[in-house]
Amino acid sequence: MSEIGSSVTGPSELTMLQAINEALHHEMARDERIVVLGEDVGRNGGVFRATEGLVEKFGEERVVDTPLAEGVIAGAAVGLAMAGLIPVAELQFLGFSYQAMHQIAGQVARLRYRTRSRFEPAITIRSPFGGGVRTPELHSDSLEGQLANIAGLKLVTPATAADAKGLLSSSIRDPDPVVFLEPLRGYRGIRGEVPSGEHLVPLGEARLAREGDDVVVIAWSYQVELACRVADALIDENLSVAVLDLRSLVPLDLAAIASVVDRCGRAVVVEEAVQTGGFAGEVVTTIVEECFWSLESPVVRVSGYDVPYPVGQLEDTYVPSEARIAAAVRRVLEVA
Amino acid sequence: MTRPSDDQLLAVLVDMVAARTQARRLWNLQRQGRIGTVAPIDGHEATVAATAHALDPSQDWILPQYREPLALQRYGPEVLDHYMLYNVGHPDGSRLPESVRVAPLQISLATQIPHAVGLAWGMTLQDEAGVVVVFFGDGSSSEGDFHEAANLAGVLRAPVILLCMNNQWAISTPLHQQTAAASLADRAVGYGINGVTVDGNDAAAVFDAVDEARKRALAGQGPTLIEACVYRLGAHTTADDPTRYVPPEDLEAARRDDPIERLEKHLVELGLWDDEIRSAVETQALSRIDEATDAAEAHPLRAEALMDHCLSVDSPRMARQRLALLSEAEL
Ligand SMILES: Cc1ncc(C[n+]2csc(CCOP(=O)(O)OP(=O)(O)O)c2C)c(N)n1
Ligand SMILES: [Mg+2]
Repeated sequence: MSEIGSSVTGPSELTMLQAINEALHHEMARDERIVVLGEDVGRNGGVFRATEGLVEKFGEERVVDTPLAEGVIAGAAVGLAMAGLIPVAELQFLGFSYQAMHQIAGQVARLRYRTRSRFEPAITIRSPFGGGVRTPELHSDSLEGQLANIAGLKLVTPATAADAKGLLSSSIRDPDPVVFLEPLRGYRGIRGEVPSGEHLVPLGEARLAREGDDVVVIAWSYQVELACRVADALIDENLSVAVLDLRSLVPLDLAAIASVVDRCGRAVVVEEAVQTGGFAGEVVTTIVEECFWSLESPVVRVSGYDVPYPVGQLEDTYVPSEARIAAAVRRVLEVA
Repeated sequence: MTRPSDDQLLAVLVDMVAARTQARRLWNLQRQGRIGTVAPIDGHEATVAATAHALDPSQDWILPQYREPLALQRYGPEVLDHYMLYNVGHPDGSRLPESVRVAPLQISLATQIPHAVGLAWGMTLQDEAGVVVVFFGDGSSSEGDFHEAANLAGVLRAPVILLCMNNQWAISTPLHQQTAAASLADRAVGYGINGVTVDGNDAAAVFDAVDEARKRALAGQGPTLIEACVYRLGAHTTADDPTRYVPPEDLEAARRDDPIERLEKHLVELGLWDDEIRSAVETQALSRIDEATDAAEAHPLRAEALMDHCLSVDSPRMARQRLALLSEAEL
């Protein structure tokens, strides 16, 4: 577990989106083999501007507006990696990763395994996900549980601006394929100090976002933000709530989960996805395997519901809220 | 157009005959339970061997589907050795040496076509000479991946040759139920790329078509879709019974146009081929595949290999699973 990543120069206040953009600029300048590809990533700088300025700086050969076809974006990334390049592909919204899933699950994730490392799939697939911003249908789905069930992929879920930069740089440099999930609500809604220049956060090290002893809320991506607000608010009630930000779901920092749950004895796990088969279930299993005898109360999950992600007027009902997280915290504390 | 020389045609025929001979051996090995399911090459030999001979193995890549390996001798003996490793179920079967520009077989149909376009694109970005040839079937050409990849190849003018082996069947589904298109090569028009149809039983014609497409690609004129018309003379795989659906008269007609007999006739006329040469090629081919089979069966494998090469470094979860596997392997 690490508190902060390594950094070289001083910080500045950025949104998560700006931090992602900074990482892309930094990495492309560092390594000529990096090629950015996706829908509208060049001239338009991405529909959210995550890739802004890249085509101007690095040219149309390295920053490529592809045809509108997710399958061949992921599939061509495999070929680029076979040629020794480092593709950083953008899927415009994670809900449309289904159109690429046969390549992601069947090809990207298996390239190293089936060729016994002849080919090194140093591929990063970035995609925004998650709800709360009133997008059209299929733009908000949280599919990390489905992705975590694909062996051979790493799965990275930053929750802060600094981590977005540091984890993206590490993902691009990682020799394994990484799906890098960016919370839509965090793009402009999360801001913070971000080290400028080189900034790396290792994959697989969770971060203790809030210290606390009574109960720990375990979360990732935007849900960390919500959990921290709850922890801060409950200080007034004399409750000491820890928040563990997993940062990456694969690799999962088993030791960090065990250590904080052993200390607190009570845990809440938060996710935005459909509950059945969601990644929170994996975290709860980990707690049971690692910390069963330290538990003082049953672990509680706060998730989405077992329904498709809904349209706008039902979004706030679906997405875990601060109130639902706070209620879950009180519930695990009620058990004497 | 460059016609292949007589010597080149002779080399192609040697590979074709060896492939046909070895395919028969594969069938028997499968029936004996020594190897898994395989897809016979019968009827596709001219297309595959002539394509390989029109390429430069030191710079051009081949991304196969699953029917081709026996006729890829031009890419080195490692291709057959690894094909046999694959057939006995050894994971090293898909790990060809760095020097061999052949990708492993692809079982998820058409997914290799986007890879080929990406690879060709990547070679261009790095100013590497060479082209990529990707094999796929008529059935595979109905998959989205074919269309997405052909479209992207056109936009990027990637040095790739999309080689569709139209053998009229996708397991039991005949071409007319695969598509209403009169010609598969015509689809090239829709993607702004070059498209040609070639008689896939005519080794010289295939050689020409690939050579021409390769020159265009190297000259920066972009991709070519080649439809090589052949007929699947055998079963789809060792698990298939084609008598359930292939009309016998169609098969009879196709047998009369056997690509091997055709090229033999030509080379006999030139005085370059006779029964004696043929039987020497067959004998040599059999001892070669028997050797490769024995070596594959003797190739060592530890249970722990199950966990290797999934990620560059085991995740904490995998590290525990690896330990568990080692103790469970002793149960
Ligand atoms: C994506 C996918 N769908 C279905 C299958 C099952 N399958 C294996 S071979 C085959 C037919 C392929 O036909 P074609 O592309 O014409 O190649 P051929 O076998 O005739 O050489 C099918 C349906 C598969 N392997 N992959
Ligand atoms: Mg076919």
